[in-house]
Amino acid sequence: MKLHEYQAKDIFGKSGIPVPNGQVVTAVDQATRATQIISGPPWVVKAQVHAGGRGKGGGVKVVHYPYEVVTATESLLGKHLVTPQTGPEGVTVNQVLIEEGIEINREYYLSMIVDRSTACPTMIFSQAGGMEIEEVAARSSELILKEHIDPAVGWMMHNARNLLYSQEPPPPVGALSALMSVMANVYKIFMTLDCTLVEINPLVLTKDRKVFALDAKVDIDDNALFRQKELLLLDDPREKDPLELMAEKYHLNYIRLDGNIGAMVNGAGLAMATMDVIKMAGAEPANFLDVGGGASEDMITKGVEIILKDRRVKAILINIFGGILRCDVLARGVVAAAKKTSIRVPLIVRLEGTNVKEGREILRNSDLKFLVARDLGEAADLVSKQVS
Amino acid sequence: MSILVDERTRVVVQGITGREGAFHTKQMLEYGTVVAAGVTPGKGGREVEGVPVFNTIKQAVEEEGVNVSCIFVPPPFAADAIIDSASAGLEVIVCITEGIPVLDMVKVASLLKNEKSVLIGPNCPGIISPGKTKVGIMPGPIHKPGPMAVISRSGTLTYEVVYQLTGTGLGQSTCIGIGGDPLIGTTFIDHLKRFKEDPETEGVVLIGEIGGTAEEEAADYIREEFNKPVIAFIAGQTAPPGRRMGHAGAIISGGQGKAEDKINALQAAGIRVALNLGTLGETVQKVMEKS
Repeated sequence: MKLHEYQAKDIFGKSGIPVPNGQVVTAVDQATRATQIISGPPWVVKAQVHAGGRGKGGGVKVVHYPYEVVTATESLLGKHLVTPQTGPEGVTVNQVLIEEGIEINREYYLSMIVDRSTACPTMIFSQAGGMEIEEVAARSSELILKEHIDPAVGWMMHNARNLLYSQEPPPPVGALSALMSVMANVYKIFMTLDCTLVEINPLVLTKDRKVFALDAKVDIDDNALFRQKELLLLDDPREKDPLELMAEKYHLNYIRLDGNIGAMVNGAGLAMATMDVIKMAGAEPANFLDVGGGASEDMITKGVEIILKDRRVKAILINIFGGILRCDVLARGVVAAAKKTSIRVPLIVRLEGTNVKEGREILRNSDLKFLVARDLGEAADLVSKQVS
Repeated sequence: MSILVDERTRVVVQGITGREGAFHTKQMLEYGTVVAAGVTPGKGGREVEGVPVFNTIKQAVEEEGVNVSCIFVPPPFAADAIIDSASAGLEVIVCITEGIPVLDMVKVASLLKNEKSVLIGPNCPGIISPGKTKVGIMPGPIHKPGPMAVISRSGTLTYEVVYQLTGTGLGQSTCIGIGGDPLIGTTFIDHLKRFKEDPETEGVVLIGEIGGTAEEEAADYIREEFNKPVIAFIAGQTAPPGRRMGHAGAIISGGQGKAEDKINALQAAGIRVALNLGTLGETVQKVMEKS
């Protein structure tokens, strides 16, 4: 689960990480009042969306007069913001964060993740802050420093010293303790809130050696939400695709993509591989849909309905390798879906595994029109015929 | 031969009284697996499919001499179950549970460094040595004994591959699903090392997917130290960056974890990468005939 910048900064502020004074507004008339409360000029007006790359998409504006705060807010609220991470249709801006401008002397990058190879919480620090860290990693990886934290021991002051004193030049003496405190607090937030990412880019130093988190990114581990109930209140369903939201409700793993061949598969790996098969057949997948191991007939029906709600879909490929999910359950679900919504596009079905005979039988005896693929190769051929 | 599990495997099912645990206990028994005990705290003294249930792993070890565990307990309690099995000294721990918090797995990984137990998973289909035993949830009948090893990050995709192998006449020595989570107990390399020493294994099919760098690391190991033919397949060539594709570990982040990079790394190590899943079985057959 992703948090908005203002939500993450709220957590930072409460945990002792300094953030600029700011206020979230959801309507233009609140912007004027915000300028009276927040010191400026300058002010920074930032679109609050989950997608990254907001700066490049015009979602961050630095302004110098109160009326500009209002016009900037007006230009962002309700706007479809297109960033390098959103896709061409963009995302709607529902909230805007208005902040005091901070005079920047130095910019750092600071983040925390779990490193997959060492299985350790790992802090990443760089003096090349304010840029995309992926670009820094690609161009000058020596500027990126990592510190693995032993989970049995927890955060130690030397972890911070290892990162800070490896900088060339090291941060000014007067700023060291403030930076060390930010690092310790990032670790604390990461561990107590079950984060998969805490990122501050940039973490800035002012001329008078004060430290501020100018941006904030916090991702929470979905698997840990059962013990992070308060964080659930911060979820913003408006940021999600409506079809993905609907799928979530029925415990289906659905991700909308840009193509026109719908796919329904059991198991994430096979679902990804089936998308690849579609692509190799010369078409583009319209979605990723993993109905999971223990899908019920009803879930299958809902899955078919969700695929069909995407108007771009020109054909559907169902690829099921029955294990726990039996082929007869799948077949009944598909037939039930066809009764509820007319399936207006060609349906290609490939069934294998547990109860495959019963499954094929149910499909054959229904009024459903569908094409049978005996194996994945044949499925690919049938897909490519649909798009040619 | 085979690796990790065989005829002498005595399984304890953790979470045996749950729906999944009970169902798969039955399936494993039907396959011929010796399920010697089950554990569900508070339900000791019962029986499931004729298998005695205990309150603790310790009791199951003492009473039934179990040496391998298969975990079906819900995510909030799964880390505890893994650590419990490890402290009891079990040789192999297979964790089927999907959805364990990452920070719980950080704790587990830190603790396992000092234990001899081999953890397979979590979020995996388990391990099978065809004709001998299966510890997990994979459909038994699609497998047959033979020379191919399979190591995979996925479940149903593995079944697809095994099905094709069996269809072309190639049986399997041992098939392992290492799990789809970002933090897993054992990696490709851990098992490649075992298959290298297993005389019955003549070749390996390695099934990877987007996310992390485990395939790249495996490629390095294979180039330097592995002497049997390896055929690889990578799922997720069409996956968009930044989206978690079902598996918690299947995400392309910060430009890392792309299928393309993995395929390139494997090919550069001289490994045959099958690009078309539909013909994977034939590809494996051709490679094995040549060797």
